Amino acid sequence: MVVDQLTDAEIDRLFHALADSTRRDIVVRAAGGDLSVSALARCYPMSVTAIQKHVTVLESAGLVRKERRGREQIVTTERTQLATAHQVLDELEAMWRQRLDRFGEVLADLAQGDPT
Amino acid sequence: MTVTDVHKDTGAGTLTVVAEYNASPDRIWQLWADPRQLERWWGPPTYPATVTDHDLSAGGTVRYHMTGPEGDQHHGGWDVVGSDRPHRIEFEDFFADDDGAENTDLPRSRTSVSIDDVGGGITRMTIETVYGSPEALVQVLEMGMEEGIRSALGQIDDVLAAQPV
Repeated sequence: MVVDQLTDAEIDRLFHALADSTRRDIVVRAAGGDLSVSALARCYPMSVTAIQKHVTVLESAGLVRKERRGREQIVTTERTQLATAHQVLDELEAMWRQRLDRFGEVLADLAQGDPT
Repeated sequence: MTVTDVHKDTGAGTLTVVAEYNASPDRIWQLWADPRQLERWWGPPTYPATVTDHDLSAGGTVRYHMTGPEGDQHHGGWDVVGSDRPHRIEFEDFFADDDGAENTDLPRSRTSVSIDDVGGGITRMTIETVYGSPEALVQVLEMGMEEGIRSALGQIDDVLAAQPV
């Protein structure tokens, strides 16, 4: 399971990083192609420093990678990690599906044992 | 079919699962409220659950452990945030060490359960889980109020769908 491979701190960082609307937007924009931090900063009413901080949070969650290219820092979305966030939810879904199937079985058992 | 709908939001870290049963809300509630019945479905067959503490009222705590094939025990519990018999339970999941003390290194998830009579002898149970840190949880809950955020979340799922890894 992905949940077992990732430490809980990593899962925590992943969802914390995605819990901010600017950071989600950065992930979406940087998925489309390489973008420099200064180009990203022009998309928001924020300073380059503020955007830089958001990028750092995303980077530590593994959601983007940053490379220096000349004088620019280029941000690229890490699709694998984004898919991981999705997989964590897939596993949670599988767990609940199994649990709710058992829930139905227990209900059916109880109904059978019910004299009414 | 038990599960009728599933909705996942990667951006928000939320999972909603909807199931329908041929039973009354009271009977559905019993499977949560009676620890012996809860044990029969909470853990997988290979890791059956034993419920050791069970107080479903608001502020109450439920504690359990699951026992694996090698006799290994995994402790956990819920802090009940709110409950309204037989329609609603909301709790925070936590993990615990062998002595039952909460392991605070592990993140909590918050789950709300709604049990609604939809007519025709059918009861709908909706389970919504928010996965993430307490700070993230608060943010996620606040975000949920804003219109326009949904499209951003949808876009993230579109990115994943368009170019699978």
